[in-house]
Amino acid sequence: MKKRSSRSRRLCATVCAALSVGSVPPATAQGVDRQARVWAATCAVCHSAEGRAQSAIPAIAGRDAEVLYRTLLEFKNNQRPAATVMHQLSKGYADDELRRVAQYLAAQPLP
Amino acid sequence: MSMQRRQLLGAGLGGASLALLGCASVSTNPPIGRVVVVGGGFGGATAAKYIRKWEPRIDVTLVERNETFVSCPISNLVLAGKRRIEDITLPYSGLGRYGVKVVRDEATAIDIDRKQVRLARGDTLPYDRLIVAPGVDFRFDQVPGLAAAESSGRVLHAWKAGAQTVALRRQLEALPDGGVFAIAIPKAPYRCPPGPYERASVLAQYFKATKPRSKIVILDANPDIVSKKALFLKAWNELYPGIIEYRPNSEVVEFDASSNVARLEVEDFKADLFNIIPPQQAGRIAEPLISVDKRWVGVEFQTFESTKVPAVHVIGDAISAAPAMPKSAFMANNQGKVVADAVIARLTGQPIDEAPILANTCYSFVSDTDVVHVASVHKWDAVQKTLVVVPGSGGLSSARNEQEGRYALAWARSIWADALA
Repeated sequence: MKKRSSRSRRLCATVCAALSVGSVPPATAQGVDRQARVWAATCAVCHSAEGRAQSAIPAIAGRDAEVLYRTLLEFKNNQRPAATVMHQLSKGYADDELRRVAQYLAAQPLP
Repeated sequence: MSMQRRQLLGAGLGGASLALLGCASVSTNPPIGRVVVVGGGFGGATAAKYIRKWEPRIDVTLVERNETFVSCPISNLVLAGKRRIEDITLPYSGLGRYGVKVVRDEATAIDIDRKQVRLARGDTLPYDRLIVAPGVDFRFDQVPGLAAAESSGRVLHAWKAGAQTVALRRQLEALPDGGVFAIAIPKAPYRCPPGPYERASVLAQYFKATKPRSKIVILDANPDIVSKKALFLKAWNELYPGIIEYRPNSEVVEFDASSNVARLEVEDFKADLFNIIPPQQAGRIAEPLISVDKRWVGVEFQTFESTKVPAVHVIGDAISAAPAMPKSAFMANNQGKVVADAVIARLTGQPIDEAPILANTCYSFVSDTDVVHVASVHKWDAVQKTLVVVPGSGGLSSARNEQEGRYALAWARSIWADALA
């Protein structure tokens, strides 16, 4: 039951991302937001989805897009006092870019 | 589930969206392009993997001369006796999962006209797009006497992790209490700007515990500490008082192995053990592409395509970097992803990303538990036509801390998996 709901959530996020790209360049023929895909791949340097057992750095793929986006904004706006590096990195991206990263990550399989 | 999916596909998403759902099918069609990647370090391995991950219709061959991957990040902890070389050694076999063909051989030449890479065993690999990620090579010729001292094994760099890391550890263990150890740093740019200072830090901790009368002298060719200056100085003063001596503007211009003396510009310096990090340049396979200071490869920063040769992309430590962009594992990995996207775009007739954004985070251990970082975000600037640091982004640790010590180790495991698993 749990698995099913997470799948539908991912599906929804995929569809939402696919429908929202519209004029945002560049995207693949399948509607993948290519820029967001590369930006999200930057996240994977520390938050890798591959080969992870457990890590001091949390996994972020497959999480709810709205939660991810809100978290990134909190980092960017210095609302997370325990931040070490994310408050510095998130300031390099426009809010809309963070939203697209969140949407892309949410559409990926859980690690 | 399958019903739901079919309905969605019927709604106009297109069959290839299946790939998004983790159901990428194995294609039996001929590849839509051939990519050869030279060099399986943090940049090359990542590029090879991500091209296949994002576009399985492209044929990708990775040429790597070493059987295993040995990580430079964390290798200073091996020198300090806190990790084993096995802990930082990884196989290339994980790339097979993505369909990357790994050829264990050495690329000896790039035939630009025929679009082929020549291999040491005599084979040639044709390419539509070539990614060159050779890292750095050393310029021993810049320091007379150093080549002989290096080849005899007396003076090591250990600036490419592997056999030299293990050998330098042995030399450090053999150094008597009271012995003077000197680390020589070349003029920037060089691989891993904070790396030499991290090395001094973790070795100072080792000396403090086992050889308290020994000293570490840093002979820096640069006028000041290149990276994380205040954080390193604070750690040295508070954790290892009297152990580390820092000497700026102290370039080693000649080395006399018979007397173990390094000639600096204005004086001679004698130590019991030297670790000389030589001046560096783009890996020699990239020599036909070198266009900056006779040492580095100039690239166009939207696609990392060589400014000299079309269809050849260069990433990692070998390039002439954009302003404030370090030669780091993180940056090479990130460039690998940007180049993967650009190569896919070129081979599938899509537009390139005209405004890439890259980021970097470098952790440095100042002890076996405490770590400091520097971070930055780099965005394409259409006016300056280069990648520039986004104003207000990035920064340093406010203070050394154990939390980032845990993050640094987690980062290492993560980037190894991201590049190789």
